[in-house]
This record gives sequence, C-alpha cells and structure tokens, in this order.
Amino acid sequence: MYIDPHIHMSARTTADYEAMAAAGIVAVIEPAFWLGQPRTSAATYIDYLSSLVGWERFRASQFGIRHYCTMGLNAKEANNEALAEGVMDVLPLYLAKEGVVAVGEIGFDDQTPLEERYFRAQLDLARELDLPVQIHTPHRDKKRGTSVSLRLCEEHGLSPSRVIVDHNNEETCEEVLSRGFWAAFTIYPKTKMGNERMVEIVRRYGSERIIVDSSADWGVSDPLAVPKTAQLMLKRGIPAPDVMRVTYGNALAAFGQSGQFSEADWLSRPEIDQRMLFEGNSVLRGQAPKTGNAPVANDELVIE
Amino acid sequence: MRRTPAELLASWLRRQLPSPAVAWLEQTIANLREANSDRPLYLALGSVARRLGKEPLQLQAIDVSEAEAARHGWRPQHWSTDAAARVLLLLSDEVAPERFAARLDIVCKAAEMRELIAYYQGLPLYPDPARLVSLAADGIRTNMAAVFSAIAHDNPYPAEFFAELQWNQMVLKALFIGVPLHPIKGLDARANGQLARMLIDYARERTAAHRPVSPELWRCVGRFLDETTLDDVVPRLASDNIWEQRAAALALRDCPLPEAAILLERTPALVAELKAGTLSWDTFEPPLP
Repeated sequence: MYIDPHIHMSARTTADYEAMAAAGIVAVIEPAFWLGQPRTSAATYIDYLSSLVGWERFRASQFGIRHYCTMGLNAKEANNEALAEGVMDVLPLYLAKEGVVAVGEIGFDDQTPLEERYFRAQLDLARELDLPVQIHTPHRDKKRGTSVSLRLCEEHGLSPSRVIVDHNNEETCEEVLSRGFWAAFTIYPKTKMGNERMVEIVRRYGSERIIVDSSADWGVSDPLAVPKTAQLMLKRGIPAPDVMRVTYGNALAAFGQSGQFSEADWLSRPEIDQRMLFEGNSVLRGQAPKTGNAPVANDELVIE
Repeated sequence: MRRTPAELLASWLRRQLPSPAVAWLEQTIANLREANSDRPLYLALGSVARRLGKEPLQLQAIDVSEAEAARHGWRPQHWSTDAAARVLLLLSDEVAPERFAARLDIVCKAAEMRELIAYYQGLPLYPDPARLVSLAADGIRTNMAAVFSAIAHDNPYPAEFFAELQWNQMVLKALFIGVPLHPIKGLDARANGQLARMLIDYARERTAAHRPVSPELWRCVGRFLDETTLDDVVPRLASDNIWEQRAAALALRDCPLPEAAILLERTPALVAELKAGTLSWDTFEPPLP
C-alpha cells in the first residue's frame, strides 16, 4: 500500500489511475496549484478549487483510489493581486470541507513581497482553522526560500510538526529536519529528485519525518514514482519498515493531523465496485464496471 | 401543532447525534443568526461532516408522516445526518428568497459531492422554490449519479417546477446513467408525447447497438404509441427477459389503439396478471441491468 501525498491528478488520464491502483496506491493528495499557465481571473481559480473536491474526487473513486486535496493560493499566482484577493475571499468556502487535509501548496516562487503577503495570510488561516500546511519550496534560490518559509511558519505560531515542506533536496533537508518540520521529496525526472538520490537520502537521514511523492502533473513526470521508489529502496537494502514509513506511514501521520485523512477510509472500503459506490458510469461511459481487485489488461482490440 | 421542516430536521438531529455534536449545531445556528457576513455559514456548511459525522438519518413512521404534513411530497427517508444538518443551516436564518437563492448558488458551485446531495435534496424546502429552477436544472446536468438522484429521486421538486424540456431531459438522463425511473415522483402524471418520442428514439439507438434497454422506459411511452411506434413494443412481448415482457404488456394496455388490445390477447398469462392486478406500474421495479 502506498500514498502519493502530492500529485496533480486533474492533469492525468484514466490509464494513470488504473496503473496507480494496480501498483498499490490507495490514496492521493492533490494540492491546489497553477495549471502550467497563469489564470487570468479568480473565477477560473474557483472552478478549479471546486473540481478538486468535486469531479476529480469522484473520478478517482471510480478507480478505487481515495482522493484528498489541499487548498490554497499558490505563490506564482499570488503575484496577480486582483486574482489573489478574489481567491483569498473564497478560501473559507473550501478549507473546512471534508477531505481537505491542509492549506497548500503555498510558499514562494520568485520570493516577491506579494508572495510573502499571501503566504502569511494563509498561515494565519491554517492556524485559525487548525489545519496542517503544505509548503512548496521555490525552484530558484531554493535554499534561502526554504529557510524563510520555515521562519514564517514559526513567526505565525505554527508547530513544525504540522507543516509539510515539499520539494526538498540534499541542500535543504538538513535544516528542514533539524528544525522539526516534515521533509517531503518529489521524485520528478530531470528537475527535482531522482529516486537513486532518494535512496541515499533515506540511508543517510533514516525515515523519520521523511515523505516521498511524485508531484506528477502536466509535465514529463511519473505517477508511479512512489511505488517505483519504494521498490528501488528495497532492492538497495533499505529496511522494509523504513520504506513503508516514507511511502505511506509518514504521509498518513502528517496529513492525518487534519482529522480528514484516515486509514479506515481505504481499509474499510469494500472491494472496488464502481456500480455499488457511485451507481453511475460517467467515467466508464457504459463499460462494464470492474469488480474485484484484479488489474484489467488494456490490450484488447475490440471496443464495445 | 404542525411543525416546520426546519423544526423537524432539528428535532431528528437532536435525537440522533451525540450531545457535543448537538451543542455545536445549536451554537452554530445561534451564531449564524447574529452574523453579518456569509463567511461563518460557508465554514459551517463545509465542516458539517467533520463536526457531526455522516450517518443515515434514522426516522420512524411518524417522522415520515410529519414530513409529509410539513411539506407535501417531502420524503426524507434516504437523507443522511450531514444532509439534514446542511439544509437546516441554510434554513436557519430567515433571509429574503432572492438572497437565499444567490447564496445557494455560491455554495453549490463550491460543493463537494455530499454537499451537493444535501443542497439538492433540500430543494422543496427552500423559500420561493420556483426561483431555483435553473439551479436544479444545472444539477441534473451532473455526471455523478448520486448527485443526479438527489434531485430526480424521492424529490417532489422536478414534477412541481421543471418545464417540459427539463423534465424530459431528466427522465432520459436517468436511463442514460443507469438509475431507476420508479423513484421519480410524478412520472406518470408528467408523461408527454415529446418524451415518448425521445424515449423511443433512444430505445432504437440502444437496440441498434445491441445494448439493453431498461424495461421501465415503456412506462412513459404506452399512452403515446401509434402505428409508427407500436412495433417498437410488440416484439418485446416475446422477450427472454420477463421484465421486458411485463413492460410491453403494460405499455400495450396503456395504448389507446384498438389493435394494441388484440395484440395483447396473444399473451394470456400476462393478461391474467394484468386482470389480477399483480402486474402494475406501481410495483414495477425491475433489477438494474
């Protein structure tokens, strides 16, 4: 069993969902983020937030995967002040909802004053609503941006044990871990972590407060990064309990602090039965619902 | 004294929920009445499942009849505690219907699935419900069957307020997404020639694609059969599916054409069932395909 606590399923296909379920992913967390290009108004952002708790959650469930999300204004789009104000106004509509496991992904991109203003405002919202926080650390000037992010969380009275800092690398993780935060690592080809490096991180730092995710999205990325990394770790001699912690248990413990992310959600569910759970067949478009846990081969030529 | 729907919802929830949950709900409602913005309402509606859990609403026969007395056609038998609480929260401060509709529109647009189910199940209880027709018709456009059913099933709202096109699309869509027709209230009263044509076209498409057709479809067709459509029904008397045979017999019985009665006579067993009253649309609930 695996959890991918950072993946943008809205950008992925049903074939991905099938492959993820077959690989043992039982739950995913989809952070609210941008769409590869900036939105031009708060209205489209609102539709996106609605889809995270609505259609995407439903779509995931049709493949036996539990879908959760984090809600927030991302750093890139915080630089559009009119849009940012509109999004901040509607966040209270979403943050208290079932299955919203943190305020996220928030943080810095260019590290501008506007980014900092909305980062701080959302840290206050998280404290007010007693939600964990998921931090996106910047791609550029990463080390400094990470340090400042940690300092802001502390300044706003958030316990490091309720903050998940994502997109770490060899240069940032020591500070994140030593200050008591959760350190998540994104296995994303070319730009973020490779999974061989990830094996070495776990060998060096152990499995405490370390989390592996894929951040798979609309770019060249891999929705099976978590199960693949788990297998590579086992093959390279990382003990199984540590592998389980970084690919399942730690994400559960960290985001479970929301009270909205519980193992019972997937352990107590019956075998996948799209008909029983949701009656309809809108994702399946009239195909026979799959029942049972056997992955289905997609190699038949006949389409009925 | 007859109680209002909001009073009934509150009393059922007080009876079923643990006391901390009841305390939260009562305090929240008191706060909402004092609030000068919609933010506390949004947060409360969102956090209902966190605060109160989500269980089926446990009702007695007396509750069901009180519901009917409070609002004709209201059938809360399949409601959940979270749905009841959300509708109660919406009804808790008496705002003008116009503002109520605007607010409902906002919360529906931001809703997750269980919330949508709640907001749509509540339709018949809201102030000036005629104002909410386009919101309800939007709800019918969903591809989530459980949300669709919150409007279409056990809900008096569509039969009372939908225009013919909206009604017809709802019935056809129920077949399309594979939910039953019999829980739709007013199904027989609102049958119409246009719907019958749409359903027959749909049945022909399905048949051409070698896909099954729900036998319930013929319930909305029989009265409108004519020389050009009789043949869509008659072969089904000899179907190897007993429910399809029965549906064909009922449709022919409903058909005003004299030849329908003659054709029906060819199946004496079904005629006997019709005469005995054991075959009727009122009890026609075939298993889903």
